[in-house]
Amino acid sequence: MTPLFQVKNLTKFYGNRIGCKNVSFDLYPGEVMGIVGESGSGKSTLLNCLAGHLAPDAGEVLFDTRADGMRDTVTMSEPERRMLGRTDWAFVHQHARDGLRMGVSAGGNVGERLMAVGARHYGDIRHKAIDWLGRVEINAERIDDRPSAFSGGMQQRLQIARNLVTGPRLVFMDEPTGGLDVSVQARLLDLLRGLVREMGLSAIIVTHDLAVVRLLADRLMVMKDGHVVETGLTDQVLDDPQHGYTQLLVSSVLQV
Amino acid sequence: MIEISGVSKSFVLHNQGSAVIPVMQDAELKVAPGECVALVGASGAGKSTLMRMIYGNYLANAGRIVVGGVDVAQAEPREILALRREVLGYVSQFLRVVPRVATIDVVAEPLLQVGVDGEAAQARAEELLRRLNIPERLWSLSPTTFSGGEQQRVNIARGFAHTFPALLLDEPTASLDATNREVVLSLIEDAKARGAAIVGIFHDEAARERVCDREIDVTGFTPGMAA
Amino acid sequence: MNQEYNFAYLDEQTKRMIRRAILKGLAIPGYQVPFASREMPMPYGWGTGGVQVSASVLTPEDTMKVIDQGADDTTNAVSIRKFFEKTAGVATSEETAKADVIQTRHRIPEEDLREDQILVYQVPIPEPLRFLEPRETETRKMHALEEYGLMHVKLYEDISKNGAISTSYAYPVKVEGRYVMDPSPIPKFDNPKLEMAAIQLFGAGREQRIYALPPYTKVVSLDFEDYPFEASKADHACDLCGSETSYLDEVIMDDAGGRMFVCSDTDFCHSRRAAGHVGAQGVPFEEDAA
Repeated sequence: MTPLFQVKNLTKFYGNRIGCKNVSFDLYPGEVMGIVGESGSGKSTLLNCLAGHLAPDAGEVLFDTRADGMRDTVTMSEPERRMLGRTDWAFVHQHARDGLRMGVSAGGNVGERLMAVGARHYGDIRHKAIDWLGRVEINAERIDDRPSAFSGGMQQRLQIARNLVTGPRLVFMDEPTGGLDVSVQARLLDLLRGLVREMGLSAIIVTHDLAVVRLLADRLMVMKDGHVVETGLTDQVLDDPQHGYTQLLVSSVLQV
Repeated sequence: MIEISGVSKSFVLHNQGSAVIPVMQDAELKVAPGECVALVGASGAGKSTLMRMIYGNYLANAGRIVVGGVDVAQAEPREILALRREVLGYVSQFLRVVPRVATIDVVAEPLLQVGVDGEAAQARAEELLRRLNIPERLWSLSPTTFSGGEQQRVNIARGFAHTFPALLLDEPTASLDATNREVVLSLIEDAKARGAAIVGIFHDEAARERVCDREIDVTGFTPGMAA
Repeated sequence: MNQEYNFAYLDEQTKRMIRRAILKGLAIPGYQVPFASREMPMPYGWGTGGVQVSASVLTPEDTMKVIDQGADDTTNAVSIRKFFEKTAGVATSEETAKADVIQTRHRIPEEDLREDQILVYQVPIPEPLRFLEPRETETRKMHALEEYGLMHVKLYEDISKNGAISTSYAYPVKVEGRYVMDPSPIPKFDNPKLEMAAIQLFGAGREQRIYALPPYTKVVSLDFEDYPFEASKADHACDLCGSETSYLDEVIMDDAGGRMFVCSDTDFCHSRRAAGHVGAQGVPFEEDAA
């Protein structure tokens, strides 16, 4: 099996300050990787560099494209990268309002990616939108409501539907459960887990919530001050952390 | 099926003065298909540690832990995950599941992961739950609210759903009544009969006597405690 | 003509700058060319963009026509016509066929235009993507990369809310298979007429953009396969001239529900009535003229 996504020595500076440095990893089809670390550890910078939202200062971000195999997405042209961004890649923002069009109906939000890749049949688009709302447990009756009338959890689920409707192969998630009530989080996690398995998605999830990665991620990358300090199988890193920082992180979690 | 040689491990507590605690040295173990080996030794001697290392949950510092041809001590995460999916089952003492998922689905999940179709997986899950005396009205509920004994039985059903060629059992009969204990022991015997290699921790001596072919005293691998 | 102004009010350097923008616009049909819009002696929203474009293409020999919602006799049309009479001293006419330059707000004349004519549109908001994507940097990028999915989101929203594409004016079009363009707030009835023999220039004064359609440019109204574009108008004939093909205004006559439909293009209606056509509520032409 060949990797779907390969990152080599990715480095990003903000002036003299390190955003992230020398990050390398391979992600295989169907694999879910968690990136954990505290605020300012560079995990969001890394995610944004991976997803093409930020230009790294050095390094390669290779993706196994459908047409031409492995391509460096850092050096590919902007139109190509943006095309990836609305077809094979998806990005789930922490705040749904960053990932949704708040002035457009739920159906329009889900349909946008379809229309962006050329769907021009209203009936088909609507049908697909209804199907996807169902898959993220939003009642089809809400299809013409704007997301501003939705609860936080529903908005997040709508964002996920909007992202997955074009059948992406790689999903970037930035704190997907952040800011949600615990009960809402559990439902969302369960939903994400199901979708990831059903669609065979590869995913990279940035979070500071270790419970989230335990449930969703196959493997972990622990970041501190822009560097990767530890990687490994999720339960191994959490149950037998090797690096001092990871040990601190794991031991700092409050037990319920 | 399971081959362990020269395995050592110590914990380094970086946040407590970098204390180094050696917990295992030169562990050796071989389990053939159809064989059940019990890990014995005093509490704290490292039975669970060794078991977790075999599963890849704890990292070995040295040595080889080969399960079904994969060296767990060296393998990539995805290789270990594939091993856990296909080859190596683990029945721990505690059930860890996602809230909201129905018991029947919890049990069927390992089968779905190896590509068994939904209906067959469902049927197998039902069979196991029935055998382990979980009332049918509970099947559609999440096991998170079940009693300790019920959770343990769900856990066992899940562990035995797929016919793993290698199995790790951590106190499989603890907190079970006589009837269910009997069911679990017969499940273990069935697994042995079909050729599974099993490593187990049993505080229940009678159970150990009945299903285990050999005992390995892990005290022999405990640094500073070796005879 | 008032000699204290330069010909057509604007100074020659400004007109050169605007002509360059017009030429660029004609070279890239549908592309919005930025230009340094000047302060004009009228408020934004009253046609400052159109006036600057007209001023830049007018020559002293030209005859000019100005229409507002199809009519030559509304305030906006009368003021702008007077403005050019005063500052450029050009001849003016209400007859479409006699005009060399026609400045319009919200309509395309019913009568087919010729190759030697120029139609200048006043444009309030040139960016068709604006209401869905507020960031200019992003809309520019979307044009550059031909990312027009969002335009269909707008039409989708229309259908989901109203059961049909209810956008009835400023209906977005795709130009020569490339740029998506706002045709200014003309009724969608006029969209098919955007493919014409005359040069069409669009000026947005406040937004500082000029864009253009060269003669015979291909202009396609956006739609869905199952909700095709329809150039609709009131299902009625003109009550004055009886035309069944022209775009109509609904005029409320009294407080008792009385109303009539009349051609929005006053010149078109006038010339039909002069030729003897009479609508349902129409009166013979001679009496009307008196």
